Amino acid sequence: MTTVARTGLDVEKVRADFPILSRSVRGRPLVYLDNAATTQKPVTVVEALARYYTDFNANVHRGVHELSELATDAYERARGRVRSFFNAADTREIVFTRNATEGINLVAYAFARPRLKPGDEVLISAMEHHSNIVPWQLACTATGARLVVAPISDEGEIDLAAFDRLIGPRTRLVAVTHMSNALGTITPARDIVRLAHEKGVPVLLDGSQAAYHMRVDVRELDADFYVATGHKLYGPTGIGVLYGRASLLEAMDPFLGGGDMIASVTFERSTWNELPYKFEAGTPHIAGAIGLHAALDYVDSIGFERIEEHERALLEYGTALLDGIPGVRIIGRARHKGSILSFVVEGVHPHDIGTIVDREGVAIRTGHHCAQPVMERFGVPATARASLAMYNTTQDLDALGHALERVRAVFA
Amino acid sequence: MADLNDLYQEVILDHNRRPRNFHAIAGATYSAEGFNPLCGDRLTVYVQVDGDRITDVAFEGSGCAISKASASLMTEAVKGKTLAEARALFERFHQMVTAAPEQEPEDLGKLCALAGVREFPIRVKCASLAWHTLKAACAREANTSTE
Repeated sequence: MTTVARTGLDVEKVRADFPILSRSVRGRPLVYLDNAATTQKPVTVVEALARYYTDFNANVHRGVHELSELATDAYERARGRVRSFFNAADTREIVFTRNATEGINLVAYAFARPRLKPGDEVLISAMEHHSNIVPWQLACTATGARLVVAPISDEGEIDLAAFDRLIGPRTRLVAVTHMSNALGTITPARDIVRLAHEKGVPVLLDGSQAAYHMRVDVRELDADFYVATGHKLYGPTGIGVLYGRASLLEAMDPFLGGGDMIASVTFERSTWNELPYKFEAGTPHIAGAIGLHAALDYVDSIGFERIEEHERALLEYGTALLDGIPGVRIIGRARHKGSILSFVVEGVHPHDIGTIVDREGVAIRTGHHCAQPVMERFGVPATARASLAMYNTTQDLDALGHALERVRAVFA
Repeated sequence: MADLNDLYQEVILDHNRRPRNFHAIAGATYSAEGFNPLCGDRLTVYVQVDGDRITDVAFEGSGCAISKASASLMTEAVKGKTLAEARALFERFHQMVTAAPEQEPEDLGKLCALAGVREFPIRVKCASLAWHTLKAACAREANTSTE
């Protein structure tokens, strides 16, 4: 296969690590192109989850018995693995959450709300996922602050000069995506952080999409907060990560109250546990953290250099393929882009596209992708979206192209 | 396995391309907006009523072929009917699109074109959006949703 020869990523070997990829759907081999929604799991992740439940299932940070020690050790090693994966300075800066959404909400409630005053501003971009819009809307409504939205171009890019002008004396926080789920745009996150920091404004980056496509270094980005979710990183659902600069996390009150997050409790007052446990109330998703550890090991065993090269080749191939089909229009043509192809077909609603290509065994997402303002910006009610991961092939894209011919035939 | 042609019958493709009664009714007795948040389908149904009888019905909006064709077919089917008859027809239509695939569909005239939807459970919401919206309009509800 040409992809193997060109990129050095042995895609057949990678595919063999993902049991689900050998199943069929609708009587045809599965072509999974919905990775921006969730990625499939390598067998090592599934085994890690099973091993925890069969070998050392116990609660963490509580018991003195051996199983609890083993579980605690595995859970904390997972935290250490997340730290090294994102190159954070300290495990105290790694908080396990349910997902990226919870990470953003944690920052919105525990960091933004107590600091926002009427007339203050939170600055986001016009290509945010609902999860990086709604928590700030709620915080602004509760405090009298204002949500300011930086515009994007017709290509789906952030205009840095315009962005800079919107960071004003009342801006208290900037929250932007590192890569758009609806357009594929990789944002100039490092520049945004620099511009914000020049004016003393902290920045949260939403890495839900970026984290499985490229090496993320929170120190190089100089991010104050960075959120990611495990299930898009080839890991389990229900486990996410919030990186927070220790000095900021220390200055924040807890988000959720409960067990494990306290130092001491009396009915008069409680004191908080140290970082990061202050932000991890209740029994965490222990299995999820352990599964995420296995997922990060897997990703690093392949290596982002090879993953990026492979996905870049797929994106180029897919872009040319879609551009070659009459009536198909790609939405989002940023110069710096991850492997997401959002598109519309003239005269055919994306929902109908989804149903027809599904019959060909091709799984794509159709709809507004939890980014309704993006749809509005580009004047479409919805798009179809093919999103590619390390195990996808040019044959997968050919199957999509074939299925789109079928769409055109039905609606001819 | 269900064939795509069962879903995208010629009648449906025709009503998608050229939806009937596809306009607003100024001063309609009732109107309501229907929204399917899953796929972004959004339509408004207008109903003109004389006493208990639907004298005119129309719709506007955007949506997939199934929701648009279903809305178009619905307007043709309920025009001239009483509100009670329209409600009863919705009951029968809903049974048809949610029935087990092996069951012989009831003869609902042109509406039978949508019987294929039952092979595609996720599309039932699309097919019934206009009907839910009509029901909501006649119950004087402001807007409705198939979620």
